[in-house]
Amino acid sequence: MKLPAFDYACPATLAEALALLASRDDAKALAGGQSLVPMMAFRIASPSLLVDLRRLSDLRKIAIDTSGVRLGAMVRWRDIEDDARLNGAHPLLKAAVSHVAHYQIRNRGTVGGSIAHADPAAEMPGIAVTCDADIAVTGTRGARVICADDFFIAPLMTALAADEIITEIRLPAWPPRRRWGFREFSRRRGDFALAAAAVFFDVDDAGKAYNAHIGAIGVGDRPARLPAAEAEVNGQVVDIAISERAGRAASASVDPQSDIHASGAYRKSLIGTMVERALQSAAGMSAL
Amino acid sequence: MRNSFVGSPVERREDLRFVRGRGQYVDDLNPDGLLHAVILRSSFAHGRIRSIDASATVKLAGVHAVITARDMPGGPPRIPMRLQPLPEFMPFEQGVIADTKVRYVGEPIAVVVATSVAVGEDALDHIVVDIEPLPAVSDCETSAAGDRLLFEQQGANCAMTFTAECGDADAAFKAAAYVRREKFRTGRHFGLTLEPRGVMAEWDAATGRLTVSGAAKVPFFNRRVLAEQMGLPEDSIAMIENDVGGGFGARGEFYPEDFLIPFAARYTGRPVKWIEDRRENLMAMNHARQAQVEVEIACAHDGTILALRGHAHVDMGAYMRTNGAVAARNIAQFMAGPYRIPNIRVKSSLWMTNKTPVGTYRGPGRFETDFFRERLLDMVAKDLRLDRVELRRRNLIPASHMPYPLPAIAPFPASDEIDSGDYRATLDRCLEEFGWADKAKLAGKLIDGRFHGLAVGCFIEGGAAGPKETARLEINPDGSVAVFIGSSAVGQGVETVFAQIAADALEIPMDRISGVHHGSTAYVSDGYGAYHSRSVVMGGSALLDATKNLHNLIRTAAAKRFGCLPSEIKISEDGIVGPHGSSARFADFAGLTAEGAFLNKKHTYTFGAHAAHVTVDARIGRIEIIDYLAVTDCGRIINPMTVRGQVIGSLVQGLGGALLEDLKYDKDGQLLTGSLADYLLPSASDFPNLRAVVTEMFPSPINPLGAKGAGEGGIISAGGVVANAVANALGAFGVEPRELPLTPQRVWEMVEAGRLAT
Ligand SMILES: Cc1cc2nc3c(=O)[nH]c(=O)nc-3n(C[C@H](O)[C@H](O)[C@H](O)COP(=O)(O)OP(=O)(O)OC[C@H]3O[C@@H](n4cnc5c(N)ncnc54)[C@H](O)[C@@H]3O)c2cc1C
Repeated sequence: MKLPAFDYACPATLAEALALLASRDDAKALAGGQSLVPMMAFRIASPSLLVDLRRLSDLRKIAIDTSGVRLGAMVRWRDIEDDARLNGAHPLLKAAVSHVAHYQIRNRGTVGGSIAHADPAAEMPGIAVTCDADIAVTGTRGARVICADDFFIAPLMTALAADEIITEIRLPAWPPRRRWGFREFSRRRGDFALAAAAVFFDVDDAGKAYNAHIGAIGVGDRPARLPAAEAEVNGQVVDIAISERAGRAASASVDPQSDIHASGAYRKSLIGTMVERALQSAAGMSAL
Repeated sequence: MRNSFVGSPVERREDLRFVRGRGQYVDDLNPDGLLHAVILRSSFAHGRIRSIDASATVKLAGVHAVITARDMPGGPPRIPMRLQPLPEFMPFEQGVIADTKVRYVGEPIAVVVATSVAVGEDALDHIVVDIEPLPAVSDCETSAAGDRLLFEQQGANCAMTFTAECGDADAAFKAAAYVRREKFRTGRHFGLTLEPRGVMAEWDAATGRLTVSGAAKVPFFNRRVLAEQMGLPEDSIAMIENDVGGGFGARGEFYPEDFLIPFAARYTGRPVKWIEDRRENLMAMNHARQAQVEVEIACAHDGTILALRGHAHVDMGAYMRTNGAVAARNIAQFMAGPYRIPNIRVKSSLWMTNKTPVGTYRGPGRFETDFFRERLLDMVAKDLRLDRVELRRRNLIPASHMPYPLPAIAPFPASDEIDSGDYRATLDRCLEEFGWADKAKLAGKLIDGRFHGLAVGCFIEGGAAGPKETARLEINPDGSVAVFIGSSAVGQGVETVFAQIAADALEIPMDRISGVHHGSTAYVSDGYGAYHSRSVVMGGSALLDATKNLHNLIRTAAAKRFGCLPSEIKISEDGIVGPHGSSARFADFAGLTAEGAFLNKKHTYTFGAHAAHVTVDARIGRIEIIDYLAVTDCGRIINPMTVRGQVIGSLVQGLGGALLEDLKYDKDGQLLTGSLADYLLPSASDFPNLRAVVTEMFPSPINPLGAKGAGEGGIISAGGVVANAVANALGAFGVEPRELPLTPQRVWEMVEAGRLAT
């Protein structure tokens, strides 16, 4: 459980960081270290060079304007928790992040690290997919923007090239009257989700939902929106019956694997319940 | 001065050191020239070792030695059993390092001694081990099938069957009006310590002396074993106890590393340290608890229990370790718990499997049987339409029947009887304090999406195992008194509790007890240590004897000085007074020292009742503990604060075992839970609603303190009571938990099965 030997660099600029990352095949960026370092201790990863991003202060900003919320890659869970502007600017993000890990880890773990790590049970990738976020990345060959749905490929696999750095996660603007809900079940508080649902929808003058987004976390090899469940919600007044139908559709549209934490059948059931309850919470009905 | 430190909630003396970060753990020791040991462990559950080639490894920079079985003249020594050392077990004992076969994932194969742990871990990759894999025995069923043998010469995988018996169970069953048969299982978990194990050994070639730091629990026994294995006289070995982060029965037993590290120190001529990391800890420290039982109960229509009969099968892992038989033995003997059952026959078979070997864990065998028995009682109550509380009250051993004999156990019979107690009184106290009458109205109710459930259960907890403990008192130059004791400190607060006992006995203020020095072999002539909730009773009683002896010494010395008779000497807080105004101070007798001992053949039995109120979110199977109360009568209370701490702490561990902790293996004997991300330990915030009430209605008649062991009671009832509360909550679905841990998935599966059935 000791780290293998590696070289360490702590560049002051993004350009230097990119050059260092490109200098070796097995170089890796280091953000909060809360996923990478344990993997190195277990010797699942053994990069020969770590490029620490902590001095890249441009990546630490949370910018909020009419286009939405832009989270620098080095923004920590803690920064999101502390930022009161986000209560209005992106309440769903805030609610989801409150489920990430424990206090100590939230003080270090970063948004960019979580997106790059791409754990299918992690909250932030789920929020990015649910909210149609754009992920801005830069490499020695230039910058590009990848939409979240294209970014996540499989567990711990993304569209990011080995010499690219994530700079920013861009969440589209959040209308003030948007309805949202987040429900997660994990064995203990702070554990990775066995299943979680992130939902939002807008409401027309007749009280009917449109633009429903329902994202599932922990029940596939990557986070995903569930169009079948969204279809149950769009054009409807969200009530108990609609939420139950959406929950059943959510269950039916996933096919989770069994692992030591939960069977596929159990996870399938859980996601239905989480979607149902998140929708009820979004609609202002009391829900567990 | 008549002190009354005993009975007062004196703050723990050791805490100041810990909260200031001044505790000293074995990993804090870094003598000059220190080398670090890293252990190559088997990645196969079962296999034959064809060859081990470390020739490339020894040449690596920073590597000082690679040690394998071949480096041990005469082959690797075996680790003898400490408790129930029956000849039948000897062929199953573990050698200190794998020689011809590996029998579990994690079994030591080689030791690398290097300049740092990191260098050593890198070096492990260079050792070439050729193992011919054999089919693994991953559970009791496969073990019993007998076609895959762990020890070929034995011809079978069953190490032993214990039988506990009283009356005539078969006859009682034939005549009974009501009989119910059930099967239950408990999962595999263990006494995980936050500080993993560690050993640091220093060999002085010039004097032939060995010093071993990191000793715990039973240092005197372990010294005897090590001396024998190393071919050294016992008194040339000093075992040093350091601060420890948890014991729970698992730390301090003799493990392979307790030989390998001293051996490596002598082999290299340098101090060598080994600190277990968490991954090793999960596969190397004693496992516990995994048992399954088929059990039958016979009752009269009014619920009077007539007989209990059954056969348990215990998954022992790959070897019989020092105390490996205890839980299996206890499962047979304590199936009836605190209840009067006139006819009993319970067998318990020990099956060898290709998993980490088992040992005792807080409440060994009792956590398991309490789950089996208390579940069964609630099923009986339902069948016979009796009130669950009434059923228990009717069958508890009445106070008038004390002392009450336990069923006879064989082999290795130990005469035993319950010393004292009124079990109905603690049950009533528990119900009253808990508010049972009111809360019971919630049983099975669905409120805000959650089902409410209640349960109550009763337990007994054995303590104070013999044969002996030793204590010594010594007067310091400043007149204060130092306490030396054979008991070990594993977090129970013995430095405080023994200071209270000594101050009261010596009739001096507590601040004149300069310190309590425990565990290490240098302090007393012989010691027995900390297991079976024995430290306070045994060490404390030995302290009373040492006080008597010290007072006699003082009287004799003072009489000589004053020219009077010893009987004319008066000893008080202020000093020593003789006739005609003669007097002296304690400091005048500095250096005087007296040892005392306490011998004990019988056990104390603490007892009590637990009640729980849970809610279950049936859609997802999530259980929440709304209120949990443990009422414990542990005889004379030395320190109500530390006893309550013991109850709450062990209760949290019990709930961990009931709800969270689970060591999972696959069919090939691979451990699937290799980190704390997969092995779910309860943390400080998981169970906020626990309460403990400790009473002292029934002092033990079998020791001068009147105290009883109290380290384990909190854990014993947890599984049974929580499972019964869940059954009570989910009665609408016919949910009857028969297996622990009660994971949300299991609860959900039972609810779903119930939905389908209705
Ligand atoms: C006990 C524990 C519990 C946890 N529970 C949860 C939980 O419930 N939910 C959850 O979501 N997470 C959880 N985590 C993970 C935690 O949130 C991590 O912080 C996060 O997954 C990774 O962020 P990091 O900044 O620590 O990244 P690091 O560990 O530093 O890096 C992770 C990976 O991302 C790469 N990387 C980092 N930053 C960039 C970048 N800007 N550009 C490109 N690549 C980059 C690294 O090279 C590495 O491959 C838990 C962690 C622990 C230790």
